[in-house]
Amino acid sequence: MIEINNMWKRYGDSVILENISARVAEGEFITLVGASGCGKSTFLRMLLGTDTPSQGQILLDGKPIADEPDSDRGVVFQQYSVFPHLTVLDNVVVARAFADSRFGFLFGARKRAAIAEAEELLNIVGLSHMQHRYPDALSGGMRQRLAIAQALILKPRILLLDEPFGALDPGIRADMHELVLRLWRQHKLTIFMVTHDLKEGFHLGTRLWVFDKLRNDPQAPNAYGAGITYDLPVGACEPELLEEIDQSMTATDAVVDSL
Amino acid sequence: MKRMINLAPGKVWRVALAMLPFALILLVYMAASDARLAENPQDKLLPSFEQMGDAINRLAFEPSKRTGEYLFWQDTLSSLQRLGMGMAIAASLGMFLGLMTGALPMLNASFAPLLTVVSLIPPMAILPVLFIVFGLGEVSKVALIAIGTTPFIARDIQKRCLEIPREQLVKAQTLGANSFQIIVRVLVPQLLPRLLDAMRLSLGAAWLFLIAAEAIAATDGLGYRVFLVRRYLSMDVILPYVAWITVLAFVIDFALQKLSRVAFPWHEPKEGGA
Repeated sequence: MIEINNMWKRYGDSVILENISARVAEGEFITLVGASGCGKSTFLRMLLGTDTPSQGQILLDGKPIADEPDSDRGVVFQQYSVFPHLTVLDNVVVARAFADSRFGFLFGARKRAAIAEAEELLNIVGLSHMQHRYPDALSGGMRQRLAIAQALILKPRILLLDEPFGALDPGIRADMHELVLRLWRQHKLTIFMVTHDLKEGFHLGTRLWVFDKLRNDPQAPNAYGAGITYDLPVGACEPELLEEIDQSMTATDAVVDSL
Repeated sequence: MKRMINLAPGKVWRVALAMLPFALILLVYMAASDARLAENPQDKLLPSFEQMGDAINRLAFEPSKRTGEYLFWQDTLSSLQRLGMGMAIAASLGMFLGLMTGALPMLNASFAPLLTVVSLIPPMAILPVLFIVFGLGEVSKVALIAIGTTPFIARDIQKRCLEIPREQLVKAQTLGANSFQIIVRVLVPQLLPRLLDAMRLSLGAAWLFLIAAEAIAATDGLGYRVFLVRRYLSMDVILPYVAWITVLAFVIDFALQKLSRVAFPWHEPKEGGA
């Protein structure tokens, strides 16, 4: 479904990503891990359409992917992805209003239908009891559940998660993993998830991409960009491999940190 | 003994401590006034509360001998009308300009620098221009308030608009929203409480422009009255008028704050405003 051909990303002199090529089939769940500053989030932004490759291209069904966000690609950020001025229910209903009305407001039967649909989704993510509260009153985990419900109501083909659970407690994080896996199977989504946590990457999904610098030049740390150094099917990995990846990432981190 | 930075007054004490400076100022004034009046009963500089009460009683509850109007209320009404119209124009125009330059990069590129320059023009300096263009009637006074406060409100709204996390805009786009829908459903609702904040902050300037314009050319209004009676050293009128203006300003500020709380319960007002 998605094809990435010899893609590069540069900001001025510094190379962020170099020569990335990959193919992704419909329904894959890809987790992206890597040291900080290795371009995982940049990569996700290019999939989302808020950033464009400097060279090479990303194809969706054989056509270049749209260079601004659209309803094919849902997204959940680490924070700020819900609307603070709308109640929990309205946060989900508003997505229907965007999609189905010209000016962004629904009335009558269509509004009732959208509310029913939103209520069902909120029930699935476990937020029914908070429907009429504002996001302000939600915990971090609840807010991310809401963001997920919001992203799913329009049934996007691709779901992009940018460190969605990075700010959550470990216990809540495990609940969220369950939720995401369940929704992924139910809705047959293609998911890309950026995470800092290598274990999370191994636990979730069908495929793990490790972003790392292929070459390090301590004199010119920005001269080389990162590539996908490991592309692994999840489940077939030995613990030694995990350690190896961890060590190579730590080495890159050390170089980056020493600057 | 606790450290000073950890000593906080209780509820009753907080009220008492808040009242204390007001009471002190009144006491000092009364003592000074009494002392001067004992020396010279004709003294006009520090009138007693009785004299001020008489003056206001005359202006507020007895029809003017010349026009038959109750001057105090007529002044209040005229001033509030000018202030209200000026602020209403400034708020709508400021909201529109701020929203457009904040939401649309193309408009920002061409109008934001202009807005910055215009906001630096001292409004009082163009008051003569307004008098020449709009005459000495109501329009020029309303125009001064509007021109004086619009750029501030517009720039504030523009800044607030740019402060709304980009993530929200991206999210709305992934939900299929177009530019118009994002403006109407994401930006405007979040900027309305900011608009109330900006209005509260610009009220002080609005009062300044109002009183200045009334002082120069008007036939009624709070500012007109205090500048008129200045000729007779009528401190017994001026001081109550100043207090009344302060009360009005406080009530308007308080009402806007309440409105913001009631209408936008999700908006936590930041401390330190106004």
